[in-house]
Amino acid sequence: MSGPVIDIQPGETFTLNVGPQHPATHGVLRVKMEMDGEYIIKAETVLGYIHRMHELMGENRAYPQVLPNLSRLDYLGAMGYTHGHVLAIERAAGIEVPERAEYIRAIMVELNRVASHLFWFGAFVMDLGGFTPLMYAIQDREHILDMLEAVTGSRLTYCYFRFGGLYNDVDDDFVDAARAFIPRMRKSLKKYAALVTGNIIFRKRLEDIGPLSAEMCRKYGATGPVARGSGIDFDVRKNEPYSVYPEFDFDVPVYHQCDSMARYKVRMDEMEQSLRIIEQGLDKLPDGPIMPKKKPKLIKPPKGDYYQAVETARGSFGIRLVSDGTKNAYRFKLRSPTYSNMHLFDEACEGMMIMDALAMMGSLDLVIPEIDR
Amino acid sequence: MDLTILNAVVAVVIAIAFAAANAAYLVLAERRGAGRIQRRPGPNVNLFGILQPPLDGIKLMTKQLVIPGGADKALFLVAPILAMAPAITSFVTIPFSDTIVAHSMNIGVLMIFAFASLGSFAILLAGWGSRNKYSVMASVRAVSQHIAYEIPMLITVTTIVMMTGTMNLKELALSQSGGILHWHIIPSLSSPLMPVSFLIFFICSLAETNRAPFDLAEAESELVAGFHTEYGSMGFGLFFMGEYAHIVIGASLITILFLGGWGCPLGLYPGVWWFLLKVYLLIFSFIWIRWTFPRTTVYGLLNLSWKILIPISLFNLLLTAGLLKVF
Amino acid sequence: MGAYFSEIFLGLYSLAVGLSITFKEFFKPVVTVPYPFKTLKMCDRYRGHIELIENENGEPKCVACMMCQRGCPSGCISITTKTETYEVEVKGEMKTKKKKILTGYDLNFTTCSLCGQCIENCKFGAIEFSKEYNLASTRKEDFHFNLLNRLKERNS
Ligand code: SF4
Ligand code: SF4
Repeated sequence: MSGPVIDIQPGETFTLNVGPQHPATHGVLRVKMEMDGEYIIKAETVLGYIHRMHELMGENRAYPQVLPNLSRLDYLGAMGYTHGHVLAIERAAGIEVPERAEYIRAIMVELNRVASHLFWFGAFVMDLGGFTPLMYAIQDREHILDMLEAVTGSRLTYCYFRFGGLYNDVDDDFVDAARAFIPRMRKSLKKYAALVTGNIIFRKRLEDIGPLSAEMCRKYGATGPVARGSGIDFDVRKNEPYSVYPEFDFDVPVYHQCDSMARYKVRMDEMEQSLRIIEQGLDKLPDGPIMPKKKPKLIKPPKGDYYQAVETARGSFGIRLVSDGTKNAYRFKLRSPTYSNMHLFDEACEGMMIMDALAMMGSLDLVIPEIDR
Repeated sequence: MDLTILNAVVAVVIAIAFAAANAAYLVLAERRGAGRIQRRPGPNVNLFGILQPPLDGIKLMTKQLVIPGGADKALFLVAPILAMAPAITSFVTIPFSDTIVAHSMNIGVLMIFAFASLGSFAILLAGWGSRNKYSVMASVRAVSQHIAYEIPMLITVTTIVMMTGTMNLKELALSQSGGILHWHIIPSLSSPLMPVSFLIFFICSLAETNRAPFDLAEAESELVAGFHTEYGSMGFGLFFMGEYAHIVIGASLITILFLGGWGCPLGLYPGVWWFLLKVYLLIFSFIWIRWTFPRTTVYGLLNLSWKILIPISLFNLLLTAGLLKVF
Repeated sequence: MGAYFSEIFLGLYSLAVGLSITFKEFFKPVVTVPYPFKTLKMCDRYRGHIELIENENGEPKCVACMMCQRGCPSGCISITTKTETYEVEVKGEMKTKKKKILTGYDLNFTTCSLCGQCIENCKFGAIEFSKEYNLASTRKEDFHFNLLNRLKERNS
C-alpha cells in the first residue's frame, strides 16, 4: 500500500528520533524521521554509534590476529564472515585447504545461516508485536548453538576457521546431532508456517507493504534475501562459486513480489535449502586431515590486490585485501551486505506509516555492528 | 439511610480490594501463562511465584516518580488515577450472583460503558501530559481505536437489550437462567446470529481493553511503550492495574451478556463459582490470544471495525428487530 | 461479496490454527534451566578465560618464552620474568647459565576476545581454557587475573 497523497504545509511536521536506543532498531542505529502524524515524509539513517574500526585493525595486526575480529562483525552469522576472511587470505597466500576442512566449513556456515535466519524470524515477528514465535525460534536456534559450541567452544563468536583449515575437528557426536537436528528443524518450519506465515494479521501487515523494486536494489547494491525478494536471482554461492558449494545441489529461492512478505519467504525457504546442504555435506563428509600439511609459518601474501566474496546470511560479503608483502595488510576493506541493504530504507519508507516502515526495516534484517564495523 | 451508606462504603472497599487483588494476580497469571505457552516456567520462585505481585508492588512504590521536564504536571498526575478509578467503580454494579452485587442499577450496562470510555481519556491525558512524541502518537491511536470499537460493541448490546428488555445487569443474567440453551450465545429463533455477535463483542472487548492484537497504544516495537513511556513508579503501576481491572470487567460483561452469568450450563447449582469460572476462562483466552498473535496495524484495525464489525452487527440488529416483530 | 466473506472465514481459520498451536505448546514441558538454582556443565571445548597448567612439581609449565603475549591480538597478556643464573656441570666443568623464570602472568580479561591465539602459539602446552562462566562483577579490576596466584590457590 502506498501512502495517501500528503499535502504538507510548512511547520506542520515534526522530527522523530527513532534510536539510537529504540526497540525496533535492534541495536544502536538512529533514524531521524520527519513525520506528519503517523506518516513518514523523510527518513535519514544515522550511523556511527558502534564504530570499532575493524578495517583499521585489519591493517594494523598480523593476519592471524585479525581472525577474532571477523566474528564480531555480525554476531548472528559469524561463521559466514570468518569464512570470507579465511578464503580471501588463502587465495592471497596460496594455501591449499584439505577437503574435509572445506566440507566442515560449509556445514558450519549453513548451520549458522539457519541459526541466523531463525533469530531474524523471531525478532521480525516481535517487531510486528508477536512475542511467542521468538521463543520458539530461540529454542531451535539453541540446538544449533549447542552443536556449534561442542565443536568450537563458543556460542556466538566462533573464531573457528584457520588459514588453511580449522581450529579442531568435528566428532561423531556432532554428525549425529546434526543429522537428528534436520528432521526436527523441518517440523519446526512447518509449525512456523502455520503459526506465522498463514496468520491473517501477519499477512495483512506484510503483503504489498514496503515495496523495493529490483532497480532500487541494484542502485543501492543490495544483495542477499533482500535482493532475492525483489526478483534478482543472485547468490554468490551459485554465481561465483567458492569452496565446495558447486558440489551441492540446492536452489536459490527468488520471489518477485518485492514486498516484505517476499523477503520473509525467501529467508524461510533458504532455511530449508541450508538444511539440504547440511544433509548432503554430512553424507559426503570425507576423512582426512583438517589442516594442510605444509603451511607457511608466517602468513605473508605476495604483493597484490585480492577480492573474495561469500554469501552470508545477510547477503554478499566481500573482502578486498591489498597486500604489500609484509605481515600486515596494506588495505583491508570489508564490504558488508547490510550496509548497502540499510540504505534502501531511507528512500523506500517515504510516505509510509511508521509501523509499516519499521516492519519493513525488520524485513531488511539489519545487524548494526555489521553495518557500522 | 445510614445502612445504605454503610453498605455502599463496604461495597466500594470490597470492589477496590477485588480489583486490586485481581489486577495483581492476573499479572502473575499472565506471566505464567505466557511462560507456559513459550515453554518456560515464568515467575516460579517461592511457591509458584505467589509473592511476585506484592514484591513487584513494593518495587514500584519505592521507585521515584519522575515527571519529565516540560510535562503538564497536573495532567501527568491525574491520568493514572483516571485510568484506575473508573475501572474500580464499574465493579460496583457487576452482579457476581443473584445475591452478591454491590449496587444493582437499572442502567448498569450504560454505566459500565460510560466508565469504560473514561479509560480512553486517561490514555489521551497521559499521552498529552507527558510531552513525548511517542506518547502523543499512541494516545491519538488509542482514541480512534476506542471510538471505532465502542460502536459495534454498543450495537451488539442494543441487540441483547432489545431481546431482554432490560438494562439491569442482574436481570440480564437472570433472563438466561436455566441451562446452556437459554444463554444468549446460543442462536434462538429471534436472533439466529448470536454466536457472531458474541465474537464481535469479544473482539471489541479485546480492543477496548488495549489487549494484543489491538495493543496499538503501547506498541513497544514502534512507540517504545506508547502512552506510558514516561511513567515509572506507581504511575505505571496504576495504568497496569487499570488495564487488568478493565480486563476483568470486560470478561464479566461477556459472561453476563452471553454466557448466562452465574448459571450452570446444565442449570444445576447456580452461584458465584460458575461466574468466576467463566470469567477466568475468558481471561485465560485473552492471555492466550495475546501470546499467539502479532499486532494489527492502525488502518487494519480501523478497517476491521468499520468494514466488518459495524456492518455485521448492524445487520444483526436489524435482523433481530425484524424477527422480534414476527415472533 | 463472496470475497469479503471468504476473507473473513479464512482469516478466522488462520487465527484458529495459530491458537491451536500455542495451546498444544502450553502443555509441553518447559525447556529452560532455572539458572541460579541449576547450572549447566560446560562442554569440553568451552572457551573460558585462560589458565596456566602446572607440571608434576606443581610449578607452572610456562617457560616464559613470550609467544602468547606476542600473539595475542588484544594485548591482554602481560608476562614478567626475571633472569636467574645458575651453574651446571658440563663435562666436568662448571658453567654459569642463564634462565628466564616466570614471575608474573597477568591476564586482563576485560579485553580478551577468547580467540585462542595464545593457546595455539604456546609450544609448551602451558595454558588452557578454563570452564568458568559465572563471572560477574561491578568492578573491572576484578577481571585482571593474576594467573600465577590462581594456580597457587588451586594447588593449596
Ligand atoms: S584468548 Fe586471544 S585475546 Fe584472550 S588472551 Fe588469548 S590470545 Fe589474547
Ligand atoms: S607461550 Fe606458553 S610457554 Fe611461552 S610464555 Fe606463553 S604460556 Fe608460557
